[in-house]
Amino acid sequence: MGGHKASRPRVAFFDFASCEGCQLTVVDSLQRYPDLLEAVEIVQFREAMSERGEDYQVAFVEGSCTRPSDEARLLAVRKQAKYVVALGACAHIGGVNAGCHGKDPDELRRRVYGPAGDSIETGEARPIGSVIDVDAVIPGCPIDRDEFIRGVRCLLQGRLPRLPDTPVCYECKLRENECLIRHGQVCLGPITRAGCGALCPTYGTGCEACRGLVPDANQASLRTIFAEHGLATEASEAALELFLRRELAVQEV
Amino acid sequence: MATVETRQDVHIDLHYLTRIEGHGHLRIDTRRGDIERCELNVVEAPRFLEAMLVGRPHAQAPHLASRICGICSVSHTTASVRAVEKALGIEVSPQTEDLRKLAFYGEILDSHILHAYLLVAPDFFGQPSAIALAGEQPEVVTRALRMKRLAGDLCAVLAGRHTHPISIAVGGFRHLPTTATVAGLLDRLVEARADVAATLDLFRDLSFPPLNRETEVLALRRDDEYAFIDGDIACSDGGRWPVDRYAGVVEEHVVSHSTAKHSRHARNPYMVGALARFKINHDRLHPKAKGAAAALGLTPEASNPYLITAAQIVELVHCLEEAITLCQRLVDRGLRRESLVMPSHRSGEGVGVVEAPRGMLVHHYQIENAIVGRANCIIPTNQNLANLEADMRQLVPQILPLGTDEVTRRLEMLVRAYDPCISCATHVLDIDYA
Repeated sequence: MGGHKASRPRVAFFDFASCEGCQLTVVDSLQRYPDLLEAVEIVQFREAMSERGEDYQVAFVEGSCTRPSDEARLLAVRKQAKYVVALGACAHIGGVNAGCHGKDPDELRRRVYGPAGDSIETGEARPIGSVIDVDAVIPGCPIDRDEFIRGVRCLLQGRLPRLPDTPVCYECKLRENECLIRHGQVCLGPITRAGCGALCPTYGTGCEACRGLVPDANQASLRTIFAEHGLATEASEAALELFLRRELAVQEV
Repeated sequence: MATVETRQDVHIDLHYLTRIEGHGHLRIDTRRGDIERCELNVVEAPRFLEAMLVGRPHAQAPHLASRICGICSVSHTTASVRAVEKALGIEVSPQTEDLRKLAFYGEILDSHILHAYLLVAPDFFGQPSAIALAGEQPEVVTRALRMKRLAGDLCAVLAGRHTHPISIAVGGFRHLPTTATVAGLLDRLVEARADVAATLDLFRDLSFPPLNRETEVLALRRDDEYAFIDGDIACSDGGRWPVDRYAGVVEEHVVSHSTAKHSRHARNPYMVGALARFKINHDRLHPKAKGAAAALGLTPEASNPYLITAAQIVELVHCLEEAITLCQRLVDRGLRRESLVMPSHRSGEGVGVVEAPRGMLVHHYQIENAIVGRANCIIPTNQNLANLEADMRQLVPQILPLGTDEVTRRLEMLVRAYDPCISCATHVLDIDYA
């Protein structure tokens, strides 16, 4: 490894409230794209390395912002990095962490920890874009390995990666999958941004909307489809809340 | 960072523990050779996922449970589906059991390779990371990535992807691989024997730092196999309990310096994980894995926590051989399409227990009218934290003369040996809706 050290872009990884599965997917991408290490210089990646450099141009941020102290860390990252990329659903749309959106964090903390927890700092789970400007997003829970690599390639060429603006249904049709809604399963493909290759429907499971809403998503129309197929149930409401709780609340405002 | 104030007094305040999953903060203070403070602070942000499980339809629980952890998402998914199945009286088919076990072996292989090669091995080669190690020992890192890719593909073929598996569902699988795909995996698993043998050679030659502290260990126990899914809870001090009595066996408690709760059993503290499993279940290992243990000098009497990594290498050998046997059986029989087994009732209470890579993992749900009404989870890392601190308390006085830098290095290696998964430890918090 090595060579061209001076000219390689310096990249850092940061994590906030998350399962760190997206950073693991980054590590996994090295199995297929070992040349990634030739193309960039990773100066900070706590999960994988002990060195810690603060001189970076590209910051990948996994996880949602939940605490006031997270905001200060995010602002410092924004100040240093030329490009900030939200890595995965937690950073992009709050992820499953935002499932408690609207519930009182103090009440949750007391329920979980009891009186011993009063000193524990917490807060509402928010996407990092609610605190700092974000230049690009690699969406998903977890992120898609190939989409991450494409994103890195774009940044190396001085371009920002763009997301498809079609719904998951589009890719599902290309894979010639049978429609799960017609088979009586809740699927959020019609309102969810494509780019995953309709992975969950391909594996027999309704789309969970981990990539967030497609532009101009028609929530009302999806509810009509659910009603027509007898799927307007607790299950479909729970599905809409898993990843979209925050986005749908914003859409309704 | 670490500083020494006097020859006897050591003050370590390491905010930025690296090469572990999640955010930990190590604090050691000694004064005239006595320990004044010895803590692993868990500073990860709480996520309240366990609270989120409450009110969810049971079919959604495994998908949400998976999001607790990126490394052991197959374990959380499996514990979750077992909890629901036991609550609602669902008996899955032998084919489903085989496929789940195969995905589980994939996760154990993936996690152990990640830990042993990418997180632990750099310490033994004096490197700050596997990336740096790749510059010095490219064949070691290439081998690790090749094995990791196979382990990930095993999960991906069965469940769509490794991190947050898709098709593992309550009652069975929502999607099946073709028999030909499983046959392809079988060929690659057989080829991987050479890499696993090279792994054994590599770790046999490493000398683990000394530490001798006998402790109580807990692991799942089955009479028919080396237990990863289901079984009884067994204790090294004797005793074996059905899993639904877990609450009487382990007791969780809140400690002031950590957002992850600690656990205790009869003796306080105890250990779970690869070394605990080896100590409880060594007689159920594949013969090749028994041979690997002998080569590594690992015995059931082992009392050095640094040897957790050695036990992981033994499990690598075991899981590879078991995965080969399972794939062969699936190929011989051919995969049959099966519908998901439906619940016989809509309410009930169930406990699902698995051996996640880092140890015993419990998901316990009360389901009311197909909705999760109450959820409790016991996480491996929470069970190990108190034991890790007890190890540090014994180790620090022994190694004080080596100086702060070496004390710090040995302690970091000890924390890493436990392979703590702090995302899990804080993100699933015991919640009791009284």
